[in-house]
Amino acid sequence: MTKPLLELKDVVLKVNRNTPEEITILNKLNLTINAGDFITVLGSNGAGKSTLFNAIGGDLSIDSGQILLNGHDIAHESVEKRTRFLARVFQDPKLGTAPRMTVAENLLLAERRGQRRGLMPRGLKHHLAHYKELTATMHNGLDQRLTTATGNLSGGQRQALSFLMATLKRPEILLLDEHTAALDPRTGQDLMHLTNERVAQDKLTCLMITHHMEDALTYGNRLIVLHHGQVTYDVAGADKQALTSEQLYSFFAEIE
Amino acid sequence: MSLAVSAIGQGLLWAVLGVGLFLTFRILDFADMTVEGTFPLGAATAVAAISQGMNPLLATLLAFVIGALAGLITGLLYTKGHIPILLAGILVMTACYSVNLRIMGRANVSLLGKSTLFKNHFLASLPQYFDSVVLGIVVMVVITSIVIYFLQTELGQGFIATGDNQTMARSLGINTDNMKIMGLMVSNGLIAFGGALVAQNNGYADVNMGIGIIVIALASIIIGEVAFGDLTLNQRLVAVTLGSILYRFVLLLVLKLGFSANDLNLISAIILALCMMLPVFKHVLNFKHILKRGLDTND
Repeated sequence: MTKPLLELKDVVLKVNRNTPEEITILNKLNLTINAGDFITVLGSNGAGKSTLFNAIGGDLSIDSGQILLNGHDIAHESVEKRTRFLARVFQDPKLGTAPRMTVAENLLLAERRGQRRGLMPRGLKHHLAHYKELTATMHNGLDQRLTTATGNLSGGQRQALSFLMATLKRPEILLLDEHTAALDPRTGQDLMHLTNERVAQDKLTCLMITHHMEDALTYGNRLIVLHHGQVTYDVAGADKQALTSEQLYSFFAEIE
Repeated sequence: MSLAVSAIGQGLLWAVLGVGLFLTFRILDFADMTVEGTFPLGAATAVAAISQGMNPLLATLLAFVIGALAGLITGLLYTKGHIPILLAGILVMTACYSVNLRIMGRANVSLLGKSTLFKNHFLASLPQYFDSVVLGIVVMVVITSIVIYFLQTELGQGFIATGDNQTMARSLGINTDNMKIMGLMVSNGLIAFGGALVAQNNGYADVNMGIGIIVIALASIIIGEVAFGDLTLNQRLVAVTLGSILYRFVLLLVLKLGFSANDLNLISAIILALCMMLPVFKHVLNFKHILKRGLDTND
């Protein structure tokens, strides 16, 4: 049933190339992601978590190695091209939505993620009823604000919208970069529950960076730890279920 | 009366510039200096082409194309060459000065005795100044309608998103570089088109006619916004034309007060600066608070 969806093979990524400040962020990183995996990603600051996401997303180009999607090397595809299969939610709620466009307009933009945009009328009206239903599932009043500019929403509403936008057109891979970290604890937990529901319901393949060890243990079927640009810990299924936060803490104490 | 008609006609013709600049200044959210070069470029192109015997309508459309090419160069310098947009615009603007002199052959070329858009039978039969009003209305209705339609298309929405949040736009697969290049091309095409109209209306093209153009175009945008307050995007585009007409009336008033035409650039700059600082004044002076306190003490 499980087949590799995305494979990273010996990926090396350096910043400040050819300068005295050159640093290797990803150091021959290997990771195989199977279809349907919900992987939580842990690691201390500077371990390369966000860089891993940027390498997959195409924001940073890799120095060597391969990134294979269903066996095809996508390492040299542009950010725009990769959005055909990839959706992201950023940590900063401001990054995920267009502030002067309304909630409905933002959703409509996301509807065509990775597709050609032509000179056909956008057809917002045909989608409003669907968007109303969809935003109501967030239970945070977003459905009442479809015609509000997103700049006037609360951080929690904006982030919930970003998440909806990322999953509106089912992505083959969903990258969540600490998407609840900027929210207050309660709003953050609400969004986390919704995330879990949606990932399970749509059988999404998802990587989620988090600094909450509890979240990392509670959610997902697999947990990886990044350290010095490599995957140093990779646990899935029943082994992950059995993992406790004490074990995880002592593991972190060892590698630091 | 005829002065008012003239102001409306001028406002309508110059409104093309406001709509053109709106695409970059308000939607892509940067100031494009290229327009100071593309306005006389459009004028020079149209005047030179008409002098060579080209049909005035074709010459005006040619001005659009040439202006769009200048915009393309700014766009490439900015997106592919990573030159800051302000400098990219200034580079192309500066280069345009030489190009304009090459096109015209000298600093000033008259259209005396030549055919122009204003010299067709219908427009020529109208009372004085009504020709620019009629032509201006036709042009603005067509251009504003096209821009409004475009902004409501899938591509247009991607264009708006690019100016609003580039990171998000890219994460949704919108090629933001292409959007910026497209915006700069259409914007400068429209500015050059406006230059062609104004040159035909004035009866000449001058190599220095681009000075202060960005201020005039911005004034139509800002005055429209200040005068009409909170509007939707489509309404704001229409407000640009109304703002452009209002601006002409302000200039008329200033001239009536005894200022000379040579003072107009100074006055335009002051008007624009004041309008742009209005939100600051409102905040600092806190009109409502002062008003309320005044009423309280009277009680």
